[in-house]
Amino acid sequence: MKASEVGYAKPASLPEVFALLEKNEDARLLAGGQSLIAGLNMRLSNPTLLIDINGIAGLNTITESGGTIRIGALTRHLDLGASPLIAAKLPLIAKAVPHIAHMAIRNRGTIGGSLALSDPATELPACCLALNATMTAASSKGERKIPVKTFFKGLFETDLKQNEVLTAIEIPLPAAGSLSGFSELVRRHGDYAIVGLAAQGVRKGSSWSQLNLSYFGVGDHPVLAANASEALLADKSMADAQAVLASDLSPSEDAENSAATKLHFARVLLGRVVASMS
Amino acid sequence: MNARDSGLTFLDRPNSYIGRSVPRPNARRLVMGRGTYVDDIRLPRLAHIAFLRSPHAHAKIRGFNLDAAKAAPGVIGVFTGADLAKVCTPWVAVLSHFKGLKSAPQYALPLDRACWTGEAICAVVAETRAQAEDAIALIEADLDPLPAAVDMEAALDPSTPVIHPELGDNLAFERTLDVGDVDTAFRNAAAVVEQTFQIGRHTGVTLEPRAILADWNDGEEKFTIYHSFQAPHMMQDIVCKHLDLPEASVRVVCKDVGGSFGIKVHIYPDEMATVAIAKILKRPVKFIADRMESFVSDIHARDHRVKGKMAIAADGEILGFEIDDLTGIGPYSVYPRTSAVEANQVVNLTGGPYRHKNYRARARVVFQNKVPMCQYRAVGHPIAVMVTEGLIDLAAAAIKMDPAKVREKNVIADDAHPSVAASGIKFEKLSHQQSLKKLLSMMDYDSLRKEQAELRKKGIHRGIGIATFIEITNPSAAFYGVGGARISSQDGCTLRLNPQGGVIASIGVTEQGQGTEAVIAQVVATAVGVPLSDVRVITGDTDTTPYGGGTWACRAAGIGGEAAWQSGKALRENILEVAGVILQAAPGTLDVRDGKIVDKANGNERMPLAELGRVAYFRPDTLPADLKPEFVVTRHYVPKDYPFAFTNGIQASYLEVDTDTGFVKLLKHWCVEDCGTVLNPQLVDEQVRGGIVQGIGAALFEVCRYDENGQMLNATMADYLVPMASEMPDIDVTHVVSPTASSELGAKGAGEAGTAGAPAAVVNAINDALSPFKANVAAQPVTPQDILKAMGKV
Repeated sequence: MKASEVGYAKPASLPEVFALLEKNEDARLLAGGQSLIAGLNMRLSNPTLLIDINGIAGLNTITESGGTIRIGALTRHLDLGASPLIAAKLPLIAKAVPHIAHMAIRNRGTIGGSLALSDPATELPACCLALNATMTAASSKGERKIPVKTFFKGLFETDLKQNEVLTAIEIPLPAAGSLSGFSELVRRHGDYAIVGLAAQGVRKGSSWSQLNLSYFGVGDHPVLAANASEALLADKSMADAQAVLASDLSPSEDAENSAATKLHFARVLLGRVVASMS
Repeated sequence: MNARDSGLTFLDRPNSYIGRSVPRPNARRLVMGRGTYVDDIRLPRLAHIAFLRSPHAHAKIRGFNLDAAKAAPGVIGVFTGADLAKVCTPWVAVLSHFKGLKSAPQYALPLDRACWTGEAICAVVAETRAQAEDAIALIEADLDPLPAAVDMEAALDPSTPVIHPELGDNLAFERTLDVGDVDTAFRNAAAVVEQTFQIGRHTGVTLEPRAILADWNDGEEKFTIYHSFQAPHMMQDIVCKHLDLPEASVRVVCKDVGGSFGIKVHIYPDEMATVAIAKILKRPVKFIADRMESFVSDIHARDHRVKGKMAIAADGEILGFEIDDLTGIGPYSVYPRTSAVEANQVVNLTGGPYRHKNYRARARVVFQNKVPMCQYRAVGHPIAVMVTEGLIDLAAAAIKMDPAKVREKNVIADDAHPSVAASGIKFEKLSHQQSLKKLLSMMDYDSLRKEQAELRKKGIHRGIGIATFIEITNPSAAFYGVGGARISSQDGCTLRLNPQGGVIASIGVTEQGQGTEAVIAQVVATAVGVPLSDVRVITGDTDTTPYGGGTWACRAAGIGGEAAWQSGKALRENILEVAGVILQAAPGTLDVRDGKIVDKANGNERMPLAELGRVAYFRPDTLPADLKPEFVVTRHYVPKDYPFAFTNGIQASYLEVDTDTGFVKLLKHWCVEDCGTVLNPQLVDEQVRGGIVQGIGAALFEVCRYDENGQMLNATMADYLVPMASEMPDIDVTHVVSPTASSELGAKGAGEAGTAGAPAAVVNAINDALSPFKANVAAQPVTPQDILKAMGKV
């Protein structure tokens, strides 16, 4: 299918973006375009204006300061995966990036686009949840910090307002000795995950002192499995943790898998991912 | 063969290209992006078409409000079924050799009823495709949903609506067969095994979608139709018939085609609508199916439920088979090949590699409100092979015999040919025993079994699956012609020698990306005796190539290749006749090698072909008056002594099942294949590999999922899982060579072998891995959830 006629603007600064957003209520921001353009071609949405933010300087840097890693929203998946800083300080993200779709998509797609789209079966939203990230949303009124726990609102829905631009993702440096684990089940490499788990925690000896289990593909947006992590923090067995997952997750069926199968997959992943964190 | 060349075969010719993996002459052009696919063709006044497609599986079309669409920017015309019925007559896809096959008239656009979700019901032509789609959104269609017949199991229930009331019921075709004494065979068996096999409905996802550009030139009252298609002459004939045009008024040109797999050999209503509209508008109109509409308008394939039963003796002898096949074909039999062929093949092929003589079969073909089903790569084969090979593994387990041993004991012996299978199909020469032996040694079967046993102790569950297969290739007129379809089973090749010694070959078989042009060039270069680079091959043009069938059912190399070979030999004789006069030598003492006239005995050069060309074309005055150089020759070929040249082979799969998740990891795949003479080993091997990958798609990934209302649920590339490279195993391919004596080249088809055997090999391997759990799967595609369910884990 071919997209309907749509306006296009490529501003050079954020204030220009804000002005365009305020003037055009159904405008859409164009970052990597890996979901947006396909959606336009499939006529799933019909905005009047695309605001291309690729010409805005300074949105694609990864920096560390004051115990925080700041990732510019325009950072492409490929650059995220290749960043030595990310590899050293946020290995969870480095582990997740190779699972994001295919090379051609990683080459263009951005972390900001992925988070703003909030596809429930994608990797980076779950990583940000596991890592307790904070989103920076900018508008003509200034910057607003949104904790990840309130950022994801529903299926393809976030706390971002129409006049806001997601400009950066800030992630606190994990405590020393932190461990991360990532795995997802896909029929073919690069597919949307059937079920995935991004985990970040701290273990002292054989006991967990901190553990975030961030599941994706099991709800409208990534979900923290609080009861399962509580069970593990309380030194209960893996089987106990797997059993209580049913109270954390209520996946819905997909074309191939029933809800029960997806819960089974989530349990298997829990065992495997936690075992891999050493 | 080829005894006239002092007992040497073509393989012994000094500059033979046959049997060599020469590069495809068109590969570089295509890789450089210099191909010409239909969408690359831009003509003056070109208009673009888009279709409104039915959102309902079955609906009465009460009417349309087209005012807004007609007034939309760029719109040239809006057309309904009634508009097109004035210029294009409907068709009914039946053939007389499928007795009782019935179907209903199908129009370019339906007159008053939509019969599947995705059926085109209205067309908009505009200056751009985007404008046409904008206008489609403005059409108000007054559709009245009707009860739909979706589930093929219920198609014949009295409570299910009859899709075409004038046909009486939803049964399109039924065939039964009862050979030998099946009841006694089953009574006397040591074990009788039974299984119900589901072969999912899937489709062929071509890289280039269906595409047609119809250009009606009112000045000369002629069509030029650029078409992404396998059989240009068939299309020409059908356009003539349904638009009431003489043959001379229709030229069909198929330039580069980006894959077809059988998808592009059928008559599609939206393509006929495009042709009809081009005639009405008197200007070129282009239709390129997009991926979304391809899923709901390209033919689907398979969709079979087969209840199978097999009887085996205690010593492992197969005593008989009984099958009951049910297949859903959508609301119409597809024109002109019909949708009865696949079920018919299942009946013909099941049990075909084996010696048993007792066979009972029933196949029923039913209508349903889903996308029409028709021939796709390896028609019927993967179903028959799955049923046969799945039952053999169950029987082997029942009598506690190694599955490879059961096959060894029962395959038709290599020295027993010619032979006839229980179903009546005739084999000229097959090599089951050699192939099985080669396979077991190639995969090191015994070591693999040991490794499997060792790993099982560690909780690693690997499986080995074997599948013997036969494949129908080189079809004669028995396939379609005898039933009344105007589909050519013969093909011709015309060669022209040019003054510099180059040869132009035009041929009726077509290039779909599989390498036809390469193989034809190799054969021509070898037969004439010129360098490969001096041969140019022209395919896919009804005005400039000899009349032929195109590409389907594995015939391009076997039939087209033989026509090229005979034509090349004839041209060489003509060349030598003229050379003999010029050189004052007996033609029989000369030969053409590597573009030069040489002494046959010692290969000494006597004259370059370019010199012969110079004399013959520019100085004919120097030649004797009675010498008439004939440097254009045409030869035709059609197989006559057998209805089909059956090939055979065997495949094996080695895989690991993750028993926690049900995920399958393919570790290795092997195929031994016998397509007779191998013209180009690399092209044959890659055909086999590509076919195996499509077979793996059917086994594990691909399925058109429908809900109970007849809506396809996964009609996107994100949701319909085509097999991709990351998940594919290494595939080892080797050959046994049993040439057919029906032709001098001895080549048979190889394009469908991979697809025929791969699903059964993979599914058998899964069941082998699951055997410690007493779990078994028999519904394709086998998903992780299916495996977990079979194991009782979810």
